[in-house]
Amino acid sequence: MTTVTTTPTDDRVATRSAAASFLGRPEVGALIGAVAVAVLFFAVAPAFRNVANVGTILYGSSTIGIMAVAVALLMIGGEFDLSAGVAVTASGLAAAHLAWYFSLNVWVGVLFALALSLAIGAFNGWLLYRTGLPSFLVTLGSFFVLQGVNLALTRIVAGGVSSNSLNDLDGFSSAKAVFASSFTVGTVEIKITVIYWAILTVIGSYLLLRTHYGNWIFAVGGDSAAARAIGVPVTITKIALFMGVGFCAWVLGMHNLFNYNNVQSGQGVGNEFIYIIAAVIGGCLLTGGYGSVVGATVGALIFGMTQLGISYAGWDPDWFKTFLGIMLIGATLVNLYVKRKADAR
Amino acid sequence: MSASPAESSILELEDIGKSYGNVHALKGVNVSVRQGEVTCVLGDNGAGKSTLIKIVAGLHDYSDGTMKIDGQERRFASPRVAQAAGIATVYQDLALAPLMSVWRNFFLGNEIRKGPFLDLPEMKRICGEELTKMGIDIPDLDRPVGGLSGGQRQVVAIARAIYFGARVIILDEPTAALGVKQSGVVLKYIVRARDAGLGVILITHNPHHAYLVGNHFIILKLGRVVLDAHREQLTLEQLTAEMAGGQELSELSHELRGVDPGKVVEPQELEPGAVFDSTAGSAGSTE
Repeated sequence: MTTVTTTPTDDRVATRSAAASFLGRPEVGALIGAVAVAVLFFAVAPAFRNVANVGTILYGSSTIGIMAVAVALLMIGGEFDLSAGVAVTASGLAAAHLAWYFSLNVWVGVLFALALSLAIGAFNGWLLYRTGLPSFLVTLGSFFVLQGVNLALTRIVAGGVSSNSLNDLDGFSSAKAVFASSFTVGTVEIKITVIYWAILTVIGSYLLLRTHYGNWIFAVGGDSAAARAIGVPVTITKIALFMGVGFCAWVLGMHNLFNYNNVQSGQGVGNEFIYIIAAVIGGCLLTGGYGSVVGATVGALIFGMTQLGISYAGWDPDWFKTFLGIMLIGATLVNLYVKRKADAR
Repeated sequence: MSASPAESSILELEDIGKSYGNVHALKGVNVSVRQGEVTCVLGDNGAGKSTLIKIVAGLHDYSDGTMKIDGQERRFASPRVAQAAGIATVYQDLALAPLMSVWRNFFLGNEIRKGPFLDLPEMKRICGEELTKMGIDIPDLDRPVGGLSGGQRQVVAIARAIYFGARVIILDEPTAALGVKQSGVVLKYIVRARDAGLGVILITHNPHHAYLVGNHFIILKLGRVVLDAHREQLTLEQLTAEMAGGQELSELSHELRGVDPGKVVEPQELEPGAVFDSTAGSAGSTE
């Protein structure tokens, strides 16, 4: 060991260049990936270059991005939610069944679904805290429970595999305007979910980087024992993160309900992994304590571009999942590589 | 902070005990921590040091006895409550979140806010100032804490505890994982914290480090206090001997002397039997 540790200026640590600090950010890998995917489909798919299709691409991205924001925050907080995919469907079904069965104003169903979605999130968090089990296991359980409830209750209430149409109930048109309307900018049709996605990204990112709650999220994910010892309310923070996933599931569930007038009870299975992949591509560590909301949003954008790009390019859409798997591993490797380079500089 | 005279205790543990089921991890422990004093708690592995600090830090409740802060009996429901009462703990291993930046760690749980948002420039400024005050210079406060050296991390944690108005600061084995030079740096800050009027509890199993800074020494063994002495009543040799178990150590040294490992260096001159001739069997100094 040499002498320097406490000298007034420590000459071993040089100030990092702006480029190195930029490359050290968690979302850089996702940005590189997004540019690469965009360039690829620009080259091979003529329809991709059509400005009008921007709206379609953004819409597809938003249905993943809304959830990816909440899932990224949860992952930075060190937990998983495997029930996130079916929670979206459960929220839509809850609103549809309640409003249809009692012939209520659909807004009653919407509010009930919000309460239910938040309650499911809170229950996941509470169960995690009470049992001390890993969230992977706890939410795997709630994933299957919800999946079964979705199918069984829909069979009982609606007698089939989809909820009944809410067209003729009071409040339907206003609810549709709020959750499933669209507007045009020039030749581009923008769905309202894109706006919600953007708002959630801004709020989530601000929450994470500019508020004390964000500090707590990083801390409980990075080292929950240290966070607790220093006085961070770990349990409440984690429960709140699960409730955040519940809230976003509600937003997306309501969109699905009012966009198509009904909800298929088997929907949503498998989507939880897509949300997690978007967050991981965006730079979130599986072990928690590190990641970015903006990155998860870019990850969702990569999805949207890939999904449509494959069909615009005339490729067999069966390859979509394969492409996703390669993207996931590739993005993770790029993230690791970039981070190591930036740290070494 | 309060006008209590130097002799009165900030924190007083009376007859404290802690049981986990049928295991008594601590029994009948009395400790008093006074302002401007370093109270060293020594003990071997499993002596009950960790249990003791966990009780004071609010991680565990105690099962017997009373804990008094400024003469008032208290039980801490969580570390947050303990901190509000002015007790800060600097843990050896779980002090800081490794992937978070230095300034975020510094203000963790005590963030400065401007409206609903964090006041980033102010937090970075204060963090830098406080660390400079402690004589530690980290040019890039955005660097994750995991990239700092062990000594730097300890000092960040100590600086944080002092800045946030702790009256009692508990240091759990702060020098255990450090090199000689860095241990010296940390010990210097312990003295600085003491001179700033804090009550310091130093948990260690290194009597040399304890004797350098301690005013008061408590040795735990199997959950009980076996020594409670002021600095004047004790020499380093006595402390070391007591710490290592006194009588047990002399017996051990007697036993080990018979083995005499020194002869290994001259293999060519080794003759069987010659090894045992040079040692005269005498008992250790303690009787």
